Amino acid sequence: MSMEERAHAGAGALLGERRSARSVAFGAWYVAEARLRNMRAFFRTIALTSLFNPLMYILALGVGIGSYIDRRGGSQGLGGVSYLTFVGPALLASAALTAAFEETSFPVMGGFKWTREFWAMNSTPISARQIANGILLAALFRVVFTVLVFWACLAAFGAMPGPASFLSAPASILAGLAFGSVIMAIASRLEEDEGWFAAINRLIIAPMFLFSGTFFPLERLPLGLQWIGWISPLWHGTQLGRIAAFGLREPAWLVACHALFLASMLALGLGLSWASFRRRLSK
Amino acid sequence: MENGDGALIRARALTKVFGVLRAVDEVDFEVRKGEAFGLLGPNGAGKSTIMRMIASVSKRTGGELAILGMDPNERGPEIRGHLGVVPQQDNLDVEIKVRDNLVVYGRYFGLPMKFLRAKADELLEFAQLTEKAKVKVDTLSGGMKRRLTIARALVNEPDILLLDEPTTGLDPQARHILWDRLFRLKEAGVTLVITTHYMDEAEQLCDRLIVMDQGRIMAEGTPASLIQEYTSREVVELRFGSERNAEAARALQGRGKRVEVLPDRVLIYADSGEAELARIVDEGLSPMTSLVRRSSLEDVFLRLTGRSLIE
Repeated sequence: MSMEERAHAGAGALLGERRSARSVAFGAWYVAEARLRNMRAFFRTIALTSLFNPLMYILALGVGIGSYIDRRGGSQGLGGVSYLTFVGPALLASAALTAAFEETSFPVMGGFKWTREFWAMNSTPISARQIANGILLAALFRVVFTVLVFWACLAAFGAMPGPASFLSAPASILAGLAFGSVIMAIASRLEEDEGWFAAINRLIIAPMFLFSGTFFPLERLPLGLQWIGWISPLWHGTQLGRIAAFGLREPAWLVACHALFLASMLALGLGLSWASFRRRLSK
Repeated sequence: MENGDGALIRARALTKVFGVLRAVDEVDFEVRKGEAFGLLGPNGAGKSTIMRMIASVSKRTGGELAILGMDPNERGPEIRGHLGVVPQQDNLDVEIKVRDNLVVYGRYFGLPMKFLRAKADELLEFAQLTEKAKVKVDTLSGGMKRRLTIARALVNEPDILLLDEPTTGLDPQARHILWDRLFRLKEAGVTLVITTHYMDEAEQLCDRLIVMDQGRIMAEGTPASLIQEYTSREVVELRFGSERNAEAARALQGRGKRVEVLPDRVLIYADSGEAELARIVDEGLSPMTSLVRRSSLEDVFLRLTGRSLIE
């Protein structure tokens, strides 16, 4: 049977029900699969930055600033650990946020605006919500990869001393996804480029990096600036990471707050993304 | 999976409103199995809006629509599993290779890799892109991208293939290659729904079509029956130069069956164009150029709306 004849006979129709049922169940995964295929083209640069980034920070902050602070007894104010151990979980969470940002900013804007591939996806059984889920799922893969490489580097330099230090990885991953979901919600609402992502980088990510208890405990900041940390996914992810990495002591209610904040941010970002993806695709 | 009477698509009083604009205004039509059905009209006539409603992505504001016997508002994903969609603007994944585009798109339908590997090769052959299988989409010409988009729309062996302005923006040679591919599908009996503002495209590809303007259907029929019903057999096109055009048009009033005045030329509709032209020349009206041709869908549209299809 030629291809044209098969198309005519609607050979697909016989498989149709089962086929769309599969798409309903695994649609988000198929979208993620397509994104991962795209990432594969960039694998070398992704792998290189994933390795270079932690080594650079470890050398600068551990060997450089760290040895200076540690020699002067700075560790007393840091919960009794070396400076590198103190900043390690923050750098880990920060790397997770950056990787999530990369996968949810331009790829989302491009899917609507440049390649228009989200419309292609939506012309199949795949729904708007599944597209958003798939993008975040692909971002999750990227974040997990980045965090694992980073964690291994930190551990190799002795900056992950606690018995449960490995749990700092899922804490960072959760923070990355929470941030990424909100970025996706924003990116899916941008009709024009107008340099919004560069602005977010400088006006949100950079201050967040500096004022989220990354390089010094948040309590050292004047109260008027501490709120930046409270609303920052980076701070919540970092604190959870520190509890796991070196046993930082925090009251139970605050630990619950960290987890709840990140989970709520993830839910909010995802919900807003579902709404904007659906609105834009069904016009 | 039909509507009981062989109609794969049935629209009744189908309406789509954007704000205050009635983009599609109480439209009725049916598309039967194996038919090549056309929506002809100028930009903004509502063709693409109808297409997006048939494609089960845009929800109707009013009326009824059944595709393969199902309501797209209720069962969109299920219907989309049976459609092939060629959108007006290409939306290929330009970062990955030509062949991978077919495989990735097939995955969206939940098709297994084993099936898709064979299918992708078959479709590349059909689209005459076998040699380009391993190159990035970025490097393809406009015509090749269009063929790839059509091949991609066939990956799920659809019951209906929707083509929204399939050849807009292509050079004449690329259009002819594309028409040849579409004609093969049509010959094999694939159900096609095509929107176009090119009357030659509609004449070549469509068995039956509706002529649309401002969200409404102006006429419906086969290309031949529309031409027969709304215009004469032949047309004389006369050009007098922009300065003399209006004056000559006045002198020509009442000739043939009907006279149509355009800014750059005068059209005279007659059963015998040659005879009409001879009379005009005998009377001493000397056009700069003259052309006798058969009537086309363009003339049908002009008759129905007083405007040209391509503005």
